[in-house]
Amino acid sequence: MNESLLRELVPAVIGVLVRRGADFAAAEDAVQDALVEAVRVWPDDPPRDPKGWLVTVAWRKFLDVTRADTSRRHREVRVETEPLPGPGEAVDDALQLYFLCAHPSLTPASAVALTLRAVGGLTTRQIAQAYLVPEATMAQRISRAKRTVSDVRFNQPGDVATVLRVLYLVFNEGYSGDVDLVGEAIRLTRQLAVKTKHEEVAGLLALMLLHHARRPARTGPDGRLVPLAEQDRSLWNTRLIAEGVDVLQTALARDRLGEFQAQAAIAALHADAQTAEETDWVQIVEWYDELVRITDSPVARLNRAVAVGEADGPRAGLAALAELDPALPRHTAVAAYLHERDGDPVTAARLYAEAARAALSLPERDHLTRQAARLNARLRS
Amino acid sequence: MAKYLLLKHYRGAPAAVNDVPMDQWTPEEVSAHVQYMRDFAARLEGTGEFVDAQALSAEGTFVRSDGEGRPPVTDGPFAETKDLIAGWMVIDVETYERALELAGELSAAPGAGGKPIHEWLEVRPFLAEAPTVTE
Repeated sequence: MNESLLRELVPAVIGVLVRRGADFAAAEDAVQDALVEAVRVWPDDPPRDPKGWLVTVAWRKFLDVTRADTSRRHREVRVETEPLPGPGEAVDDALQLYFLCAHPSLTPASAVALTLRAVGGLTTRQIAQAYLVPEATMAQRISRAKRTVSDVRFNQPGDVATVLRVLYLVFNEGYSGDVDLVGEAIRLTRQLAVKTKHEEVAGLLALMLLHHARRPARTGPDGRLVPLAEQDRSLWNTRLIAEGVDVLQTALARDRLGEFQAQAAIAALHADAQTAEETDWVQIVEWYDELVRITDSPVARLNRAVAVGEADGPRAGLAALAELDPALPRHTAVAAYLHERDGDPVTAARLYAEAARAALSLPERDHLTRQAARLNARLRS
Repeated sequence: MAKYLLLKHYRGAPAAVNDVPMDQWTPEEVSAHVQYMRDFAARLEGTGEFVDAQALSAEGTFVRSDGEGRPPVTDGPFAETKDLIAGWMVIDVETYERALELAGELSAAPGAGGKPIHEWLEVRPFLAEAPTVTE
């Protein structure tokens, strides 16, 4: 049985149940139950129409639960067996599900968990493992999220930007557990890009593909972080790069720039350089200017200072850095890098050690400690 | 989300406001304290923020390698050790402010006289994995 095919059907099947009158939370539970049965039954008895099979079984599960609930509470069955009439029918059910699971009333972590379950078809256990929390905790997070959106009408148009933020979170914090969240984020974004022609969806997909292409080169065999300039570029996945560039160019041609397209453009310029020395830093600075204009994000300004340091020299980079809040994460690490390039290893070593103490991730801390150690060893000899 | 360790010390933290050793409490006060901790953990599970809670024995042994092929060397327990960890709770929360808020609540667990202990807890962020997007 093909698990990815199975999971691709999940949002559409939930959509059918909701359209038939099930509330979202109950529909989602019923589809999860149907998935469990599919995993059990399909290997021996594969259905001819997998989606139809899932709809039938999920609907039966839903009716079972509803009837049990109803008899318990002595209430009327308010379920309709026919699809609801109305303008919503033309709307893509799966797309509606993306909007619902990324609803602005949800916290980012709840939206992520709900999206992975209801749109991605992952089990609660898989999501819990991916985020390193107990299954019971994740189950509560998901059911709270479902309660939060239970009053949202399924036909309400949503905001693509909120969906993109959720998918970006899944991608960017795709920890390396048993569940490949990075791959899952790409799959869901790809699926979304088929359903909507929004430029920023394409921008995010391109960004993901271009970063994912570099993944094999990003860590050494011992798990250490390898900085972009030192990466073995022959390990980059050229097929993913070509696809990312292609998706990006189509989006850019529509001339509606957004933050993900700008970020993807920067990633594409890096991917385009055969060696680190060939990197077109002048163009990269221009894209960072765009990014800062669009987002006004301090992180974008910090990364811009690095790019300025490459394009116009470390002094210019340090000048750009001086305008930023020193409390920004990675500010000290950037300062250390620029001071080393400026020929001041004493200051750089001190700043690298300081940056290591403030690092937010273990690989980053180890990397910065190694940089400080490298400079200190050189200063001693 | 980010994970934080709420660390409780037997020794090494500043003195609590209601600083009476637990063996001087009434049995009911001890039970009330334990129940508060359980309820707190259960509530955090309900909000999707609970990761782990463990208590440690007060007695421990120091161990170090003594070279290949030799048994490890042990030492202690040291009565004079300045810092002694009593236990921890690990939470997974949306913001640092939320971590502080929860630590504050946990610190208010009832102690002697049924009054909140107001003990000092140490809040330490976990080092995360590296993000996928780096520049």
